[in-house]
Amino acid sequence: MQQLTDEIREAARTLLREKKVDVVIGFERGSLPFRRRPCFVRKEEDAERLVWDGWCENTLATYLPRRKEKAAIVAKGCDSRAVVELIKEKQVPRDQVLVIGVPCQGMIDRAQVEASIASGRLKQSEDGPEFQETARRSGLLLDCCKTCTHPNPVLCDVPVGERLPEKRQDAFADIEAFNALKPEERWAYLNREVEKCIRCYACRNACPLCYCPECFVDASLPQWVGKSVDASDTMIFHLMRAYHLAGRCVACGACERACPMGVDLGKLNRMLLKEVKDLFGYEAGLGLDQKSPLATFRPDDPESFMVNP
Amino acid sequence: MAHPNRWEPKIVAFLCNWCSYAGADLAGTSRIQYPPNVRIIRVPCSGRVNPFFILSSLQKGVDGVLVSGCHPGECHYLTGNYSARRKFALLKGLLEFAGIEEGRVQFSWVSASEGVRFAKLIQKVTNEVKALGPAKRLVKTPPQGVLHAAAHR
Repeated sequence: MQQLTDEIREAARTLLREKKVDVVIGFERGSLPFRRRPCFVRKEEDAERLVWDGWCENTLATYLPRRKEKAAIVAKGCDSRAVVELIKEKQVPRDQVLVIGVPCQGMIDRAQVEASIASGRLKQSEDGPEFQETARRSGLLLDCCKTCTHPNPVLCDVPVGERLPEKRQDAFADIEAFNALKPEERWAYLNREVEKCIRCYACRNACPLCYCPECFVDASLPQWVGKSVDASDTMIFHLMRAYHLAGRCVACGACERACPMGVDLGKLNRMLLKEVKDLFGYEAGLGLDQKSPLATFRPDDPESFMVNP
Repeated sequence: MAHPNRWEPKIVAFLCNWCSYAGADLAGTSRIQYPPNVRIIRVPCSGRVNPFFILSSLQKGVDGVLVSGCHPGECHYLTGNYSARRKFALLKGLLEFAGIEEGRVQFSWVSASEGVRFAKLIQKVTNEVKALGPAKRLVKTPPQGVLHAAAHR
C-alpha cells in the first residue's frame, strides 16, 4: 500500500512538474477514520497529500465531466471503465484526461468493519489517535468489489503497481436467486427497499455516468416522474434510474455507497448488467471502440420476448 | 358490448404510424372483430416510444400496455424498430424482474397489410391481461380530494 502511495505521489509530481496536467485527482486522508476523501492536487509540493489504501472507495471519475482544466485521475479498475464510457459518450475529451491506473484489490466496506468492531469480532488496539486493524481484507470487501471481474485499469496512461490476475466471470448468483422468487415476492422486496428512499438523489449525484445537465427527475416539462411521496413515483424513479444506466453502468457501487438510507440499488443495476451481457454480449467500459448496446443494434437481436399472435 | 358490471381491462396500444396503425385501420375497414378494450395512441415510430410512456400508463391505472411497430427491416425510418427492440428487451426484463406481471407490457410487430394479425394480437393481449386481472402494482393512488372529484365527474 505504502509503495502504491509513493508511486502515485511520484507520478503526480512528474505530471505536474512537466505541466502535462493542471490537476491530479486522487485521495487524501480526511478527518474521519476508515475514510479517504477526494483531493485535487494542483501544485507539485501538494502531491504529498495523496494516499492509497483500502478506503479509497469513491468513484473519482464523477469529477471529470465539465472540467475545464486538463486532469489526471487516480483510477481503479471501475474508475477507468467509467472514464472509458465518459470518453465514448463525449463527456470528456480523450486528450483532456490522463489515467493513473492502479490495480485494485477491492475496497473495504466501512459499515462491515464498524459492525465488526462494535460486536468485538474485529480485534482493535488503540495506537495513538488511530486504530490498528487486524482482519482479512477479502472478508470485508464491498459487495461490488466481491463481484468485480476487472480489477485492473482498462485505460491506463501512467501505470502504477503490479497488475493483478483477472478474476473469474461473475455468475450473477444473487440475481439468479432473486429471479427465482415469485413476482409478488420480488415486488414486495423492492417496494420495501424503495420505501426507505427519501429521494435525495445522492445515488444519481455520485454516479460517474449520471452527468445529464437536466436529469429526468428534475424535468418539469414534461414531468416524467411525480414528486409526491406515492410509492409508485419512487419506484418509477428507481426503475428508470437503473434503466438509464443499462449498458453504461460500470458497477463501481458509488450509488449504493452514497445512499444514506441503505436502499438496495444494486439489485436493479446488476440485473441490467446481467441482461445486457446475456442479450447483447456487452460489458460497459472495456474499450473505446465498443459501441454502446443501446446506441446500436443487430438485425438478429433476440426477440423471443415479443408476442407473435 | 361489454357487460356493464363486469370488469373489463383497459389497454393502451402505442402503434407506429406507418405499419401497425395502418394494420389496425385495415382491421377496421375489413370489419374484423376484435375486443374494444384497446385504446390506440398513434406514434411516429416504435422507436419514439419512451419507456416513460409505458410506466406513466401503468401508473395511471392502465391494465395493459402494448407497443407495436413495423417488422424488422421494414421500418419507415429504416432502423427505428431495431433500436426499439433493444430498448424494449431490457425494459420488459426489468419490469418483470421488479415483479410487474408478465403480460402487462407486451411488444409485437404488425405490418400495414396484417389486419387479421392485428385483430388476433389484440385478442391475445386482451385475454392475457384479463387473466391477470386489474393492475395493482405501480398504480398511483391519487390524493383523497382528487379521487373524490374524479368520482363525481
